[in-house]
Amino acid sequence: MTKQIIVPFGPQHPVLPEPIHLDLVLEDERVVDAIPSIGYIHRGFEKLVEKREFTEYVYIAERTCGICSFIHGATYCQGIEQIMNIEVPERADYLRTIWSEYSRLHSHLLWLGCFADSFGFENLFMAAWRIRERILDVFEQTTGGRVIQGSCKIGGVRRDIANDKLTGMSRDLDSIQKEIEELTTVFLNDDTVRHRTRNIGVLSRDDAYHLGAVGPTARGSGVAIDLRKTGYGAYDRLNVPVITDSCGDCYSRCYVRCKELFTSIDLIQQAITEIPDGPIDVKVTGSPNGEYFMRAEQPRGELVHYLKGNGTKFLVRSRIRTPTLTNIPPLVKMLQGCELADVPVIVLSIDPCISCTER
Amino acid sequence: MTYLAKSPWIVHYDGSSCNGCDIEVLAALTPIYDVERFGIVNTGNPKHADIFLVTGSVNEKNREIVKNTYDQMPEPKVVVAIGICAATGGIFRECYNVMGGIDKVIPVDVYVPGCAARPESIIDGVVQALGILEAKRKAMNENAGAAAKPAGDAR
Repeated sequence: MTKQIIVPFGPQHPVLPEPIHLDLVLEDERVVDAIPSIGYIHRGFEKLVEKREFTEYVYIAERTCGICSFIHGATYCQGIEQIMNIEVPERADYLRTIWSEYSRLHSHLLWLGCFADSFGFENLFMAAWRIRERILDVFEQTTGGRVIQGSCKIGGVRRDIANDKLTGMSRDLDSIQKEIEELTTVFLNDDTVRHRTRNIGVLSRDDAYHLGAVGPTARGSGVAIDLRKTGYGAYDRLNVPVITDSCGDCYSRCYVRCKELFTSIDLIQQAITEIPDGPIDVKVTGSPNGEYFMRAEQPRGELVHYLKGNGTKFLVRSRIRTPTLTNIPPLVKMLQGCELADVPVIVLSIDPCISCTER
Repeated sequence: MTYLAKSPWIVHYDGSSCNGCDIEVLAALTPIYDVERFGIVNTGNPKHADIFLVTGSVNEKNREIVKNTYDQMPEPKVVVAIGICAATGGIFRECYNVMGGIDKVIPVDVYVPGCAARPESIIDGVVQALGILEAKRKAMNENAGAAAKPAGDAR
């Protein structure tokens, strides 16, 4: 029998912007098992609901993660609104959807960059992040913040986007789309990229389903789940296509995200065409009494905010389940049998967001 | 700025932040802000680095890693705490697993404000750190010179 050795990967590692630790059990160059350990960024802010009023907790919910911050804030607000039976004005729903889709664009572009970096294609990393800056500019113009927006509140949104600004954003998206087309052509057709991603880290459809993969990780293996189909926010009025691919390797996961960039652009364009005029918020009185599971589609997959209130200003419990946590068991499965040099590519292919995972 | 004749290398570690600051650190390396034009390179190896960028606060699990990374860096070295979490714990300071700013574990030279810190202010913080790095290098060289010369030597 070949001698087994254990190689630690992380928490401080060049390819990881955030710390996660994996113990890789190797036989020569082949990984036979991977043992993940998390907890480096655990803050424990779910317990802060006992110290912060439910209206103030939006800011903390938003800081679960700096990448999909808006979606976290919006999901929390929607959960509270469901408990309190608040009807949000239609314009606010549309604005939340627009910002959520911009979040998805910026997150996927960020991921494409980091993914390119993981297989040593630095030029592509720079190209993806250059386009991403244009998305962040829109965030800054419309909300005032680049990565933490703070524009969502219970009962609606804090800021409106003027209609002529929306038209400008729509025009701007056309030119962003051209740049993204150029970028994704490289990711999907370049030989070097294909060599590093095809048949690497394969996750079969059954494994994806049984191990609880979510988001692009599941869709890359052919499991068509997309929470936007449940029609929260303004998604019930928009046409949301679900993109899947069947191979389940790193290339498939990359393919799904590349195509989703165009879906997001299309959704924003649809929302900008259909957005009605009207108020952007309603007055909130009283305190939440009851519990609710709010599910939403984050760039990385299904996000669940469980909220429970007892009629006071302070919630009793908040529980956040984020997509990366459920994507870790599929990740371990993908790593079994791969080569050591492919580990960074495979780890990146699930789009790990550790600060979400550990909260 | 003659000290930019030397190319300072950066090592980055994410304490327990929301990663908003982390992606802004990365954004500072990309074409719009492009700190590489100053010769500033992001490295993963603490032994190669002159500047330690830390985002987020410390907790029980990562304090050893922050300390190890700092200890492995060669002298002279400077630490830049990025974002309000790295300075005091920020919005999470009352959480049970947050010990506070990273100055609880390692000495900090520059504090960059913001939640999340903007790339412009991160670059400003790094440029200030370069000045401190140069001062430390000078002091180190002078000390080394003084040590090399035997005490009471009349020549």
